Amino acid sequence: MSEQKTVRLIIKRQDGPDSQPYWEEFDVPYRKNMNVISALMEIQRNPVNAKGQKTRPVVWESNCLEEVCGACSMVINGRPRQACTALIDKLEKPVRIEPMATFPVIRDLIVDRSRMFDALKRVKAWIPIDGTHDLGPGPRIPETERQWMYELSKCMTCGVCLEACPNVNAKSSFMGPFIFSQVQRFNMHPTGAMHKEERLDAIMGEGGLAECGNAQNCVQACPKGIPLTTSIAALNWELTKYSLKKWLRS
Amino acid sequence: MSSDRAFVYRRLHSLLGVIPVGAFLVEHLLTNYFATRGEAAYTEKVLWLNNLPFLILLEVFFIFLPILFHGVYGLYIAYQAKPNLGSFGTFRNTMFVLQRVTGVLTLIFIAWHVWETRVQVALGNVAKEELYDLMVSILSNGWMFAFYLVGVIAAVFHFANGLWSFLVSWGITVGPRAQRISTYVTMVIFVFVSYIGVAALLAFRNAAVALGS
Ligand code: HEM
Ligand code: SF4
Ligand code: FES
Repeated sequence: MSEQKTVRLIIKRQDGPDSQPYWEEFDVPYRKNMNVISALMEIQRNPVNAKGQKTRPVVWESNCLEEVCGACSMVINGRPRQACTALIDKLEKPVRIEPMATFPVIRDLIVDRSRMFDALKRVKAWIPIDGTHDLGPGPRIPETERQWMYELSKCMTCGVCLEACPNVNAKSSFMGPFIFSQVQRFNMHPTGAMHKEERLDAIMGEGGLAECGNAQNCVQACPKGIPLTTSIAALNWELTKYSLKKWLRS
Repeated sequence: MSSDRAFVYRRLHSLLGVIPVGAFLVEHLLTNYFATRGEAAYTEKVLWLNNLPFLILLEVFFIFLPILFHGVYGLYIAYQAKPNLGSFGTFRNTMFVLQRVTGVLTLIFIAWHVWETRVQVALGNVAKEELYDLMVSILSNGWMFAFYLVGVIAAVFHFANGLWSFLVSWGITVGPRAQRISTYVTMVIFVFVSYIGVAALLAFRNAAVALGS
């Protein structure tokens, strides 16, 4: 039998939400153009670790396999990113894979990103259009604004910007960088703007914009290239105006 | 209002860092710069400042309380961060860490410096006319000179880089280009104000060396 080329994976595992994490190493058969997901699939197919012991297959989440759903985020060689676009050929070996430490681990590489969805609810990241009668067509939007809103709408709630941010951790209640681009996106929309102040109130409150320390890792890490720090500074200006208005007119 | 507490504190912290604390830092270093023109020029400035009406009110409300609030809340902000320079060694992340490190250094330095100077004047151990001699004698010690050098440069860095983040925190510099330019401007401020502060330290130091020889 000819010698099979393998790739060494070092994976941080955890059996359940409350169990202790531990490291386990695997040698998976190498194929050209494989990504971290296909490497994990090899372990699933043959759950034997590098010592030759049979073990539980590593579990992870993935869905779209084209970096649009955000489900497969994990920390690969120290960097939070999507496993589906992490090509083994382009990674330093051995490949170290960990769950994103910012979120509670459910099992192995699966984390619970609920806090992001809770944050979206808190800032009302939607446009209320339901009514008892037909409200007619929405207002027209200038093309330049539509393009900007489109960039902001690319967010896939993947959690990478939270993992990258030094101010998102157990000691703070910071909602995370992504939320501000969603506030901007819905406040820019002419119909969404009708609820602008409710969203501003939400980011003025607990875990809001005040927690940002301008380390600007988020904008470097975001796989979708969303101008996160521009939204943050733009909302800082909105809050400057809004808080003065609240203060002087109440 | 109570849910906006973090917001109000953070904005207050940011504002106080520039006005009055930052403004005072620049004024203080400029006054000290007169030491480069000799003892008489320096002592004249010190006495002029000490003759300001309502001096104690100015000191308490424009210097002491603002620094106290900014320092204590700054420690809390610094404590909340979990630095990750290891995985994100970018320029801004480095500045983020330096801002916190220099904040803590500045706090230690200011506490020591105020104890040695203003508190000693208040206790009647040193007369205002003797402050020049006091600084000369403090800085004649090589270790104290090094401590003052680090303290002054840390405070000035913290102030200059703090101006950068002040501009972001209030939404004045919004886009990447504006923020890049303000990085250059604030770093020029850092170098220039450091020069003013260090020149004064060197003036006292040289006077000490001259006395010693
Ligand atoms: C006494 C000890 C001090 C501590 C512990 C401290 C701490 C801090 C910290 C942690 C920040 C970062 C805030 C953030 O970006 O979220 C900060 C910002 C700042 N500090 Fe200080 N600081 C101190 C003294 C000073 C002094 C003496 C000055 C002025 C010369 C100053 C001026 C500023 C400015 C202008 C900011 C920027 C505020 C903003 O981000 O909007 N600080 N300080
Ligand atoms: S802003 Fe970018 S990094 Fe953050 S959750 Fe959205 S897509 Fe992920
Ligand atoms: S599987 Fe959807 S982003 Fe990777």
